[in-house]
Amino acid sequence: MPDTPATGNLADKLPSALFPRLSATALVAVLIAIILIGLLLIPVLLVIYVAFQDPNTGALTLNNFRDFFSSSLFRESFWNSFYVSAMSVVIATAIALPLAYITTRFNFAGSILIQSLGFIPLIMPPFVGAVAMQLIFGRNGTVNLLLRDSFGFTIPFMDGLNGVILVQSIHYFPFILINLSASLRNIDRSMEEAAQNLGSHGMRLFRRIVFPLAMPGYIAGAALVFIKVFDDLGTPLLLNVNNMLAPQAFLRISSIGISDPMGYVISFILVMFSIFSLWASFLFMRGKDYATVQKGGGGLSRRDLKLGEKILAYGVVLLILAFVLSPHIGLTLLAFGTIWSFAPLPDGYTLKNFVTMWQTSGQYISNTILYAGLAALADVIIGTAIAYIVLRTRIFGRKALDYLATAALAVPGVVLGIGYLRLFHGIEVPFVGKPMASWWVIIALALMIRRLPYALRACTAALQQVSVALEEAAENLGATKGRTIRRVVIPLMTAGILAGFVTSFATAAVELSATIMLVSSDADAPLAYGIYLFMQTPSGRGAGAALGLVAVLIVGLGTFISQLIVERDKKYRMNGQDQ
Amino acid sequence: MNDSTQLEAPAVAKNGDMKQRMVGIEIENLHLSFGQTEVLSGVDLTIEPGEFFAFLGPSGSGKSTLLRAIAGFGPRPRGMIRIGGRDVIDLPPWKRNVGMVFQSYALWPHLSVRENVAFGLRELRFPRAEIGPRVDAALDLVGLRDLADRMPNQLSGGQQQRIALARTVVVEPQVLLLDEPLSNLDANLRVQMRRELLALQRKLGLTTIFVTHDQEEANTTSDRMAVLDGGVIQQVGTPQQLYDAPCNLFVAGFLGTANILEGRVERDGEAVRFVTTTGEALPIAEAEPGRGSIVLRPQNITLTTDGGPGTIAGEVVHREFLGSQIRYIVQAAGAEIIVDQSHSVGTDWQEIGAKVSLRINARTAVVIPRGHGA
Repeated sequence: MPDTPATGNLADKLPSALFPRLSATALVAVLIAIILIGLLLIPVLLVIYVAFQDPNTGALTLNNFRDFFSSSLFRESFWNSFYVSAMSVVIATAIALPLAYITTRFNFAGSILIQSLGFIPLIMPPFVGAVAMQLIFGRNGTVNLLLRDSFGFTIPFMDGLNGVILVQSIHYFPFILINLSASLRNIDRSMEEAAQNLGSHGMRLFRRIVFPLAMPGYIAGAALVFIKVFDDLGTPLLLNVNNMLAPQAFLRISSIGISDPMGYVISFILVMFSIFSLWASFLFMRGKDYATVQKGGGGLSRRDLKLGEKILAYGVVLLILAFVLSPHIGLTLLAFGTIWSFAPLPDGYTLKNFVTMWQTSGQYISNTILYAGLAALADVIIGTAIAYIVLRTRIFGRKALDYLATAALAVPGVVLGIGYLRLFHGIEVPFVGKPMASWWVIIALALMIRRLPYALRACTAALQQVSVALEEAAENLGATKGRTIRRVVIPLMTAGILAGFVTSFATAAVELSATIMLVSSDADAPLAYGIYLFMQTPSGRGAGAALGLVAVLIVGLGTFISQLIVERDKKYRMNGQDQ
Repeated sequence: MNDSTQLEAPAVAKNGDMKQRMVGIEIENLHLSFGQTEVLSGVDLTIEPGEFFAFLGPSGSGKSTLLRAIAGFGPRPRGMIRIGGRDVIDLPPWKRNVGMVFQSYALWPHLSVRENVAFGLRELRFPRAEIGPRVDAALDLVGLRDLADRMPNQLSGGQQQRIALARTVVVEPQVLLLDEPLSNLDANLRVQMRRELLALQRKLGLTTIFVTHDQEEANTTSDRMAVLDGGVIQQVGTPQQLYDAPCNLFVAGFLGTANILEGRVERDGEAVRFVTTTGEALPIAEAEPGRGSIVLRPQNITLTTDGGPGTIAGEVVHREFLGSQIRYIVQAAGAEIIVDQSHSVGTDWQEIGAKVSLRINARTAVVIPRGHGA
């Protein structure tokens, strides 16, 4: 450096001002920021912008919203979406609350049953089970046929919105169960004992101490269920319930075209509701970190059930179990059945559906493995990088990077799909000769953005478990930052990264709401889209169900493997500590 | 139970009024097991009304379990627990009227300080108009009325401790149980809080049991204490009794530093001597002849340079400066003996390697017959 900076002329200074010296990590951070801005922020902002734009003149206007609310179909859709989401929270709570209470308060041998029951619904995408549910609980389904024959009445479980509510609450109640159980388990027993010591017990104790302390967990779970149901496209579509917001957005864009403003108005509303629910639950939870378990202390004390209580508990659990497993049972029957219509059970059983499925769906399955594989791979690479940048560096804006990646959770698949269509329809892909919006890579990119939060969370958790001292030891012995990351950090994170990959892959494999918007030809379609196509015709249902079983298998296996990896890693770490 | 004459009791009780409410605790042959492991075996204990009593012991000694058994927490024990003459062993915790302050304080994070303190009064169905003044009085008692509207997570450790105390005493329990109440505080605050605790206990005259693993805490606060080890009460007495006359080697070693030498007591006419296994003879006060151990406190041994009868010859192997004292480790009588010499300006130091003699103050030595504790 020259001693007199004044002597340097402007031309010398300019490049260093335009290209500030960046470390390798900062460069990676910039790259990720560009990806997130280009593939998440801009598409969503574009959708919102178009919602306020006059479709003909391009001027900013509120007319689109006026048109939206003056249409009785849209008002009804809006109300239906809200009603279905709220009712799904209510029903999901009714399923989850007794299960959470029984497992955390009593010594109950069925707890393991409930724990596995807690994630079984999550391994089946709700739209896959929807048709099977129709056959069991529908107007002419198993249950109602039996009811009509024996008692002469039927229950409209699956009629219209009821069907969506039922399918969604069975699918999403684990979110409430998991969160509520976790916060119940996080209550230190001294919280309860202090109340007993001061004369409180029974229901009063529950109402005044236990329930308020578990509230944040419940709210977190309930908000999640609300958003998920509000945004979901696949389930109402498969149940042929179109007077809800997400299906309306899809239908407008796919039938009228991407210039129709209603799809954007609906997208805006979906995004606002997502943000609002998250914000409301955040407001409620602020300053309410009630995890009170002390070092070495246990959670709430459990007591043994009396015989009568035990029978009641098992009765409730088994009833819920049967209910929760009905989509799986129905799907299996449908896949192995010949004809199933106006009968409690299929007429006969066959493997023909699998043959049909295999002959026609090879492309769907290989597409799915390609898209979900690429997306999950990109997710863990970006996730690991963000985790490292956030936890180990002081790069400006690192928190923003984390928030932006996580914000993908609040963006409904439909909205992302519409955003990509709008943003990329005019861009030609070189050498392919297609607009980017109909190129298969865009599907993989959408999946990558949608599943990034899952991978990011897994990677962050993995890195948090790597002590900084281990890195410092490597640096102390002469390893550079880059070599430390390669030789120490990444190997120690492997299990977490792998778990993140499997989770992202398995959930991306059955994603429907963004992909359904972006699939331009059947040859490019993934498995979820294939199931949707099959389920459109009664004759295709058997093969669709068979394909559905493949999907369940993929997600189930993925969940199992990632659980296995995490458990084995935990054991490995524990052994390390003992020595 | 809560008539109006007791309304102002916590804050402005007159000694005479309180004394009538004081109750004692009797524990007889108490056994308690967690599954197959017995954590309390054959506990017999009487705690006098108004006493400040400490349970002292290492972790795992059963002291907290015993305290929790008195409050009604944990598995049901066998035996007898009487509080104020009433057998409580089959009463649930909420019917025992014993106040407990938890080690973690257990302030409910969703309730404000005022709501925390008012909780017990509401459970006792106090009229709303009475709750406010009582809560204020209890908060005044611990000097934190200003913080009534804070949430627990906005309080420091010491403040949480005081609020937990206020929450407990506001319902006027018959006895007060404190489970390691000072263990989560830093050293300076601990000294201050234990004085405040003692002052409060004296003011309320409340029969109090204090669980601690810290002998200094037990010594400075309690009227009497029980030393526990392995689920068994080793010895009960005033802190001074236990320090000066430990009944076994565990108590001797747990309360302060002790040199323990093996040997036997021999009587030669009027003179009684303790002869160590290495053959050193120490003149002692009265003791039954036979094999045993002698307990020598470091400050009761004098380091001299001139030998003579009744002294033990040794060599300084290590030296530590402790401020008010100099601690020497002296190789003598086949053991390393700790000797504390008081220090003031100008005191001579013995160098490491110096040949010295140890003179034992015979009256202070305690002989523990063989078979009394490992």
